[in-house]
Amino acid sequence: MRDLTQGIRARGGIGESTLRPDGTLKVSGEFAYASDLWHEDMLWGFTLRSPHAHARILSVDVTEALRTAGVHAVMTHDDLPAETRYGLEIKDTPVLADGVVRHHGEPVALVAADHPETARRAAAKIKVEYAQLPVVTDEKTATAPGAPLLHPARDDAHARHSPHPNIVHRQPVVRGDVAAARELADVVVRGEYEMGMQDQAFLGPESGLAVPAEDGGVDLYISTQWLHADRRQVAPVIGLPEDKVRMTLSGVGGAFGGREDLSMQAHACLLALRTGKPVKIVYNRFESFFGHVHRHPAKLVYEHGATRDGTLLYVRCRIVLDGGAYASSSPAVVGNAASLAVGPYVVDNVDVEALALYTNNPPCGAMRGFGAVQACFAYEAQMDRVAAELGMDPVEFRQRNAMAQGAVMPTGQVVDSPAPVAELLRRVKAMPLPPERQWETAGGAPDLRALPGGLSNTTHGEGVVRGIGYAVGIKNVGFSEGFDDYSTARVRLEVVGGEPVATVHTAMAEVGQGGVTVHAQIARTELGVARVTINPADTRVGSAGSTSASRQTYVTGGAVKRACEAVREEVLELGRARFGPYHPAWATAELLLEDGKVVTDGGEVLADLVDVLEDAYVERELEWRHRPTEPFDLRTGQGRGHVQYSFAAHRAVVEVDTELGLVKVVELACAQDVGKALNPLSVTGQIQGGSTQGLGLAVMEEIVVDPATAKVRNPSFTDYLIPTILDTPAIPVDILELADEHAPYGLRGVGEAPTLSSTPAVVAAIRQATGLAVRRVPVRPEHLTGT
Amino acid sequence: MRVNFTVNGRPQQADDVWEGESLLYVLRERLGLPGSKNACEQGECGSCTVRLDGVPVCACLVAAGQAEGREVVTVEGLAAGGQGELAPVQQAFIDAGAVQCGFCTPGLLVVADDLLAHTPQPSDADIREALSGNLCRCTGYEKILDAVRLAAARAGAGQEG
Repeated sequence: MRDLTQGIRARGGIGESTLRPDGTLKVSGEFAYASDLWHEDMLWGFTLRSPHAHARILSVDVTEALRTAGVHAVMTHDDLPAETRYGLEIKDTPVLADGVVRHHGEPVALVAADHPETARRAAAKIKVEYAQLPVVTDEKTATAPGAPLLHPARDDAHARHSPHPNIVHRQPVVRGDVAAARELADVVVRGEYEMGMQDQAFLGPESGLAVPAEDGGVDLYISTQWLHADRRQVAPVIGLPEDKVRMTLSGVGGAFGGREDLSMQAHACLLALRTGKPVKIVYNRFESFFGHVHRHPAKLVYEHGATRDGTLLYVRCRIVLDGGAYASSSPAVVGNAASLAVGPYVVDNVDVEALALYTNNPPCGAMRGFGAVQACFAYEAQMDRVAAELGMDPVEFRQRNAMAQGAVMPTGQVVDSPAPVAELLRRVKAMPLPPERQWETAGGAPDLRALPGGLSNTTHGEGVVRGIGYAVGIKNVGFSEGFDDYSTARVRLEVVGGEPVATVHTAMAEVGQGGVTVHAQIARTELGVARVTINPADTRVGSAGSTSASRQTYVTGGAVKRACEAVREEVLELGRARFGPYHPAWATAELLLEDGKVVTDGGEVLADLVDVLEDAYVERELEWRHRPTEPFDLRTGQGRGHVQYSFAAHRAVVEVDTELGLVKVVELACAQDVGKALNPLSVTGQIQGGSTQGLGLAVMEEIVVDPATAKVRNPSFTDYLIPTILDTPAIPVDILELADEHAPYGLRGVGEAPTLSSTPAVVAAIRQATGLAVRRVPVRPEHLTGT
Repeated sequence: MRVNFTVNGRPQQADDVWEGESLLYVLRERLGLPGSKNACEQGECGSCTVRLDGVPVCACLVAAGQAEGREVVTVEGLAAGGQGELAPVQQAFIDAGAVQCGFCTPGLLVVADDLLAHTPQPSDADIREALSGNLCRCTGYEKILDAVRLAAARAGAGQEG
């Protein structure tokens, strides 16, 4: 395999594990997250939310709240100055409830006060009279005759082809002849699967500071995943042109998809413009659970058919995603679930249907893995079952059907870059297994910390059984289905303090992934400078697209690379003009920038950058696009819908206390192809972090929604559990680098793929340990004990 | 009310403190020390961990009045030398890649610093147990383990040398 970066060398350039430029600020406590911001005369905003999942608002009385000392403003739907709805794909989400609340926790009113507790107490004095309405909570209730319609007057792009008004979007993918293939199948396996609602649970709560400006506009300092998408949605709501709405990225405490939709952005701006004072809104954890969308819970029915020799003949499946009360990114999640429903396998006959519902459950949208996670859990469970039916080793069965470069997806798209699915499985399988009974110590007393149940002292090894499970997944990289997915970068090169310095300015949301590290590495590589300044992300530069879909290193990284190349060309022109007449190599040789110098490809130094630039600076701002995609056909799902595919495989080793149903994940090994690891340390961190979120989904993470009332039962870290360091095992990572020649440096988006196969690998290991047909995640103790 | 206590070695006074305010709120909003983080404000995530008279506590669960007359050390006080010199455990977190979004980092640093003060050469199980009250959503904890191992190894090497 060709390394597209061969010959590239720069200290601190791509391929090195350079350290984060924001690391020192982050470890010293000085890094300013949105919730850390402060402004003189600042007010605190608070959001009153609906206690019901579906109700008509009969009246709202804010009199007492307004009278409270310290309160500066109270706003309801009636006070909105301009557009009253917003949305990522469909403008169906009320800024403040418009006579009806459609989910538990929907924003109803806003308060601004001089102390957060004053705002909270004033909000409690707002009298809202509700008349409760019946709720729809699943496919049956949402599509029953006479079911209440969430959005009866919807006129969005999907309304026309949707089979029911409570179905946001439906995407079939049809290929080959499933009925004919079924006749030929020696083995048919049918399974029903279910996934609970996972939360992103980023640690930095939603927060931001809106500052009214003298020009009548507003400056918003915000933690988000996409500044320009926020601005596009906020400006119409506050009734200002976009150039009067300036946004600057604050420190962001994680995202994982949960910051794609607006949370408090419009609310803070509305209160700031209303009061003429800076307004800060910070959610607490309770409110955060209501303040962002979650991963779609799913019900999936799969049927796989195979021949006796282990060849997959067909896959038929139906994936029902619960989108909750508002659309968010449900249509795109449906597109992913449908197009990736079969997994990284060659299957000629496919009949897929994926859809998302409108219900009165909490709205669901983007979370790491985005529709591919739900499918992967089900198809990998099926692969194990088919292998068992055939009496084949589950890894061998997968490898036998694994796709490779050149394979055709069920959408008809040809996978035109490396797809080392079988090799990734081989690699995780080849890793040494962790020793058995690691809790045993020389002293005789077991180390409880290594046992299921941990320090709860529930077992000393009795009833503990080990299991091993494998899974592999496929994720698309970048925005799909014809979306114009571009990024902008501005790069400047100048002499500062006698040294050439590059400045990179993008609007990329650094949410922890390390994009800022990589941008500096790209600039060093392309411009041959040691010093790179990364400017704060804001809307003074063009859009960088979203920090989503594993796309930022690819797309904004691509834009930074392209802008650097343009700067380099201009610098070389300057050099040719200045020094060309004195040395023919300026005209004849291939020229590079290295170590602050212009050099020929033969290594001859022609000039110092400092002398080429003198007092001049070179600056270029460019947009960069990946190859275009196209929408999926609404009837057949055919189309080149995706930019790039990424693959990861996991092997999970678990120990289960079969008496109590407690699971300890002992090791979670991962192999992933990343095309080119621009920063191996960051890449490893992404893979380990993503794997751990998949582990959480497998054994503990679920927002529990009461099926009778559609109310959230566990909006806290007391009751919504995410893995601690004791729950998380060693995660050995094997990184494969097979270049994708269509991508900058051959890289492949990294962030999401490890979140896919982690969950099914852990569950496969639990099945192997217990012999139980576990069909639902998260796996709870009662699923394993039958109690 | 007025609260007097010592933060990172310096006497501090906070005025107009409402009785319901937590130590975390007073540190962040009244004393200009936002390093301790507000990830859950219910004692579940450890992001606000500070040392109160030498003992790690969740600052969100301590009423500000309870800090009266006591000594608090926050993440801002770990770099004892001041002048921008980081504490060894802080440097180890950077070097090991233990920081991604960084929101959990201040709390983890206070706890890890405390662990290494009491147990200079912790086993992996010791590290996991000590850090089990601190949630991290980005890293999968592997690099955090690496960071604490690295800080311990560097301290050990320093003593031998």
